[in-house]
Amino acid sequence: MTPFAHATTPGGFLLVLAVILPVCAVLAIFACGPRSAARIAMTTLAAGLAIAIAIAVELIASGAALSYVVGAWRPPLGIALRADGLSGAMLVMTALVVVTVGLFARVQYGLHDGAGGGRAQTTFWLMLLALWSALNAVFVGEDLFNLYVALELLTFAAVPLVCLDGRAETVKAALRYLLFALVGSLLYLLGTGLIYGQYGTLDLLTLSRLSRQEPALSAALALMIVGLLAKAALFPLHLWLPPAHAGAPAPASAVLSALVVKAPVFLILRLVLDVAPPQAAAIAGQLLAVLGAASILFCSVMALRQARLKLMIAYSTVAQIGYLFIVFPLAAGSAELPPWGTIAWTGGALQLVSHALAKAAMFLAAGVIAEAFGHDRIADLGGFGRALPLSAAAFGLAGLSLMGIPPSGGFVAKCLLLTAAVIEGYPWLAATILAGGLLAGGYVFRVIDTALAIPAVPVAPRRPVPRRLELAALALAVAAVLLGLVPLRPFGLLQIGRDGLAMAGLP
Amino acid sequence: MTASLSPGALFGLCGAALVGIGLYAIVTHPGLLRRIVGCNILGAGIFLVFGAVARRGGGAGFEADPVPQALVITGIVVAFSASALAVALLKRLSELNVGERNGTAAPTEQRGRL
Repeated sequence: MTPFAHATTPGGFLLVLAVILPVCAVLAIFACGPRSAARIAMTTLAAGLAIAIAIAVELIASGAALSYVVGAWRPPLGIALRADGLSGAMLVMTALVVVTVGLFARVQYGLHDGAGGGRAQTTFWLMLLALWSALNAVFVGEDLFNLYVALELLTFAAVPLVCLDGRAETVKAALRYLLFALVGSLLYLLGTGLIYGQYGTLDLLTLSRLSRQEPALSAALALMIVGLLAKAALFPLHLWLPPAHAGAPAPASAVLSALVVKAPVFLILRLVLDVAPPQAAAIAGQLLAVLGAASILFCSVMALRQARLKLMIAYSTVAQIGYLFIVFPLAAGSAELPPWGTIAWTGGALQLVSHALAKAAMFLAAGVIAEAFGHDRIADLGGFGRALPLSAAAFGLAGLSLMGIPPSGGFVAKCLLLTAAVIEGYPWLAATILAGGLLAGGYVFRVIDTALAIPAVPVAPRRPVPRRLELAALALAVAAVLLGLVPLRPFGLLQIGRDGLAMAGLP
Repeated sequence: MTASLSPGALFGLCGAALVGIGLYAIVTHPGLLRRIVGCNILGAGIFLVFGAVARRGGGAGFEADPVPQALVITGIVVAFSASALAVALLKRLSELNVGERNGTAAPTEQRGRL
């Protein structure tokens, strides 16, 4: 084999654990029955968080990517798992969000039907764990077909979460989501077939060295990227997202909005940067940036116009996903500076992580509000900040990150992207970033204004909400703000394991 | 003309046609069941393309390549699960809609064991 072939590294088994541990927990819940679902899930969440942190520590300590060759069968015949710096960051972010959401859900379900397992509750724990496994499989996958299976598992876990309460409108939203996701993954599968036909391998690392300027590769990549865009809900393929994410119960919305839409974005990033030949990557990057900019502007305006809090947050998700796509032309890099050395790459990765934390915090805060008042119509929530100060604070802090106001992770991310846009000569992207920040300010302040209003008849919560429920949202919001204290320069962590990858198509 | 058309190319073209029909059905038909059927036609087309790739031997240089066939088997399992999930959701949705129209409460959620 070539000297670039995968080889199992000392910590490589951690990647396997990250994927199979949640699956084992799902099987254990089936074996032990719904009564023990919450207990098994909480144990797994703790163990999974430890595994994710261990992977990050191992990455930083060794300074090289972790690899695991499954069954010692090397690609192209076998399947490899690999985690570089970006994958490591994604794994830790996913673990943090899943664990916090799990704690929130445990407290919330405790309020309603005790520790015993209602059907919706058991389904939630099963799907949360299945979703976590699928996300980890996407982040460490190296084989295009294996990634297809991981994406489908992710969809199958996410769709039931949308319709947990079983109302007709949420079932309809779930079905619409499933159809969009199915078409997306089928197009991705078709592209995979074309790539296999052309190169006889599906291993990303091998492909990054083989790929040339060929019509078959361009067609395959176009199919795969369009398919993934439908799953990532980029404008104009975003129609399924707002009803699906707004209709789900709060902990499910938080996971869907913060994590599930990130998996296809992560794959597009890998395809464009690692597999696509430079000219095709440049064209794709420009197109994606145009769609991203349209997403930011259109969906921010839509968010401003929503009457319901959860729909507003869902539209804000589509807008914030747009920022991840304007990274492509900005992080194109050059012969001396690889894409992952640019400030736009760091900015994009930071936007991914800070949006995940902030958006999960917002949906959890909205869940507390709905729990307390029984509805989420913004106009009827005047003065809710007095009844739920911690949730209002969590919403505001998360909003800082979405608007890009210092100090917050979102500020650093948007500042890096803005700087990159100016340096690289994309004034329209710079203008879009600024306009998107202003519009985000509009919709966040609308809610903050409602929270601090002094209405003639103060709103009273329908039922008291325990402090612990509010703390989960606040913890995530504070984490999103703390990300703003990182230095404004390309991170070392995000470059781990990238130097072994030659720029696709370059000699 | 048929003499110059190899089996691989024939399967590939059939697959491409099925992909086109499936996509057309999904985009133009408003009915959800027809869209689910469209997804299945699209899937069948893709599996035929995989078959054509296997017949051509791919880039690996074999006479006929077994790997795409292994992929197709997994793909069929995944596509079957997806169809089952979609049909189950559609069935549930129509039950809920019928319940609403008849003025009766929607079937209550079963509680207890899975």
